[in-house]
Amino acid sequence: MGRLTLTPRNLAISRGALKWQLARVVEIAKQTQRVSSLLLDVPAWPGHQAGQHLDVRLTAEDGYQAQRSYSIASAPGGGHVEMTVEVIADGEVSPYLVGEVVVGDRFEVRGPIGGFFVWDPDAATQPLLLIGAGSGVVPLMAMLRSRRERGSRVPARLLYSSRSFEDIIFREELESIAAAKDGVEVRHTLTRAQPLGWSGYARRIDRAMLEEVCWPPGEGAGVYVCGPTSFVEVAAQALVDIGYPPPSIKTERFGPTGG
Amino acid sequence: MSFISRGFRGRRQQTGEAGRLPPGQYLVDGFPVLSAGPTPRTPLDSWTFAITGEVDSEKHWTWEEFKRLPAETVTKDIHCVTKWSKFDTGWAGVSLDVLLAGVETAAEYALAFSDGGYTTNLPLADLMDGKAWVAYEYEGQPLEPEHGGPARLLVPHLYFWKSAKWVRGIELRKEDEPGFWESNGYHNYGDPWREQRYWGD
Repeated sequence: MGRLTLTPRNLAISRGALKWQLARVVEIAKQTQRVSSLLLDVPAWPGHQAGQHLDVRLTAEDGYQAQRSYSIASAPGGGHVEMTVEVIADGEVSPYLVGEVVVGDRFEVRGPIGGFFVWDPDAATQPLLLIGAGSGVVPLMAMLRSRRERGSRVPARLLYSSRSFEDIIFREELESIAAAKDGVEVRHTLTRAQPLGWSGYARRIDRAMLEEVCWPPGEGAGVYVCGPTSFVEVAAQALVDIGYPPPSIKTERFGPTGG
Repeated sequence: MSFISRGFRGRRQQTGEAGRLPPGQYLVDGFPVLSAGPTPRTPLDSWTFAITGEVDSEKHWTWEEFKRLPAETVTKDIHCVTKWSKFDTGWAGVSLDVLLAGVETAAEYALAFSDGGYTTNLPLADLMDGKAWVAYEYEGQPLEPEHGGPARLLVPHLYFWKSAKWVRGIELRKEDEPGFWESNGYHNYGDPWREQRYWGD
């Protein structure tokens, strides 16, 4: 049985404790009906790698606290930390972050967290294959932004599944990344509704779609899959069936709950 | 005192949750799935479970042999480091006390290993005295692959990443060796009641 190589080439992670610190919201960008990006000023942010997340802790007046994790959308080099939040119906924290928080508000964060689902543009030599659904695109966006920021020229492909055109997060930025023609290709599939004249895919991700979009397994691409569990199960299994070695496929799943 | 988040009220715990929910956790009804890669699928006829490492003689079981070992059913609360907890989950499987019975060892640590290359480390004492199982049923049904089937470790007093999915054996060790998440930023021990989520907690 092969073991994964557990050497994180991850200089951004220190073994020191991750302390809670106050973040201030400096900008809010509405991405879709249900998704907003919060740009945070975090004075003692230690830096992060594309793909990592942070923890948020909210405290009510009577001392009640709630914590959640959110993926970081920003590239490591930017001045602010961007967290992108999808409102979970019936959620406890996400409706507050998306509906209640205004610029200037502060809350506690700590991070960065996670040393596995990360991509380092300075170390990467193999093609980068990103498969995302819904808000699962957020850590993948951090990877594309970090590729651009560091001037990496490894070929990258994003296959991104959304419910409808209006639900595509980062739509305009993804268009401009693809339009730069510096090695990034973006393919969309819209699973529930498609605009008139839509030329992209119009179904859930399946093996045939992956075979069309992905490089052959022999190209040695590093694969990152992020989305709801059912999506990740289908996509990761199909990639294995196509011939991608399981250790080349990194997954991150959003449960049905969250909030 | 932590910083008050303007206008945040939160959802208060229901009666009965107090005292059962570790700090920073919230209760879910569903059963979220987390894993770092594709779900491995090992045919039962090539599945084995092993006790290896610092032992006088290794122990091995085939699936059929394993299923004939004395099983227990247990009902436990589980706590994931990603902050969800689930109460009263029902499992059936073999206690590690059964699997380790008669094993002669000077080891103080254990490294569980799984299909797909996943590992997780814990003190050997945390696997003994009725604290850990290799579970193959969840709520009366064979454990589904995405939840770790055919069999997963169940160590409910630690964060749930210690309950290795697709487990194939335990290596007993004199020295501690960080496992997969323990090498990737997560706490070496992972006690939810002391909120040991990450390095340095």
